[in-house]
Amino acid sequence: MLSEDNAFTTALQLIIGLDETLVGIVALSMQVSLTAVLIAAMLGLPLGAAVALWRFPGRGLVIIILNAFMGLPPVVAGLVVYLMLSRAGPLGELGLLFTPSAMVIAQILLILPIIAALTRQHTEERWDEYREQLTSFRVSRVRAIPTLLWDARFSLMTVILAGFGRASAEVGAVMIVGGNIDGVTRVMTTAIVLETNKGNLPLALGLGMILLLLVALINAGAFLIGEEARRRLG
Amino acid sequence: MNDMNTAPTSATMLAMEGVAFTHRGHALLKDVSLSLSRHGNTIVMGPNGAGKSLLMRLLHGLLSPTHGRLRWHGQSGRPPRQAMVFQRPVMLRRSAIANVTYALAVQGTRWRDRRPQAWDALERFGLTEIAHRPARVLSGGEQQRLALARAWALRPEILFLDEPTSALDPAAIKAVEDAVIDFHHQGTRIVMNTHDLHQARRLADDIVFLCQGRVIEHNQADSFFTTPRTREAAAFVRGELVW
Repeated sequence: MLSEDNAFTTALQLIIGLDETLVGIVALSMQVSLTAVLIAAMLGLPLGAAVALWRFPGRGLVIIILNAFMGLPPVVAGLVVYLMLSRAGPLGELGLLFTPSAMVIAQILLILPIIAALTRQHTEERWDEYREQLTSFRVSRVRAIPTLLWDARFSLMTVILAGFGRASAEVGAVMIVGGNIDGVTRVMTTAIVLETNKGNLPLALGLGMILLLLVALINAGAFLIGEEARRRLG
Repeated sequence: MNDMNTAPTSATMLAMEGVAFTHRGHALLKDVSLSLSRHGNTIVMGPNGAGKSLLMRLLHGLLSPTHGRLRWHGQSGRPPRQAMVFQRPVMLRRSAIANVTYALAVQGTRWRDRRPQAWDALERFGLTEIAHRPARVLSGGEQQRLALARAWALRPEILFLDEPTSALDPAAIKAVEDAVIDFHHQGTRIVMNTHDLHQARRLADDIVFLCQGRVIEHNQADSFFTTPRTREAAAFVRGELVW
């Protein structure tokens, strides 16, 4: 009990004292996951809206694939990106393996289906409701994409937060393609795994607390956005 | 043929020629030939399921006929500026004024003209106080007035109204009818659906009477109400059930 208690106090001290290693790991985590979520949103939002708006052969298959890939296991995403980026892989010459860029790519692969699939659902609901009115305004489908995205903005913010939550909390993909290299590709989740194995509980606990706090903040944000939307938009 | 003026003339704005609409094997509209003059208020009447709303959607171009065609006269056959007000107003999730500026934007109005034009339209319909409220938390009557203001801002040459008052209280109905008269004075061609015989008497210049997907009678309003030419229309005017 005593040692755990000590680990807990030391963890708090690391956080409060802004320990250099800890801050570096948290900063890299944020950098990687925020970049991934930004790129995934830029691709996934219009993609989801387009699938909602257009009827084309194979549309059902696209929706099934997007929905299925929402549950893509992070280690599988990591493995796929590893194979692509490894020396013998098709993109091996870029030399991206074991860099933060590789981690960003793996996380994009992980959260793009989530953002696209949920965007498709939300914008399709709006489209069902708006179709006649927008057609009456002679709005083209391309022009309807930003309209629907804007009118689903509160739902989509929680979708993006969900994507960020998944990206920052997963360990399998970044472990495989990043390699958990100290000071280069070590992020919160991979560091927790390593430090726990080494028995360095204070650092693992400190990182765990920050990660937990982050997830709590994301959920609070999603909740508040939902409440605000209900209050303001009816 | 009971049609008032089936043959298009120079005063014709819009003609339907043998239009039919079939959905999943059901013929919802059959062989409709109809010609609408350039001016006046046309009221479309008929029992539920007669195809009134469908006829409006075909005229407005929201749906395409499965047979026959629609022909606009003048302006080299191009459809004129038009707008439609629905039974349940569709409001975007933005402020009241943003709903109007959006419609102006997609119509191609210059950015700096949008707000003043939207404001004028809101002013005309007494909506300036709620201009910055979210459109979807407004009452049903306010939303319908906002839908009319939005249509007003678009300066349509022809305005379609699909049972615009069926979910409203008497004060709101009065506001909608006044708006229809304003549009009429502005020179906008009106085509409207209603179930309300009194409303039809107040507003109509001519009546299109639909029954089971066919135009049974197209007649001047006074003659339609006093001396209807068909048995179905006569029964409808007397308030009897028709089907």
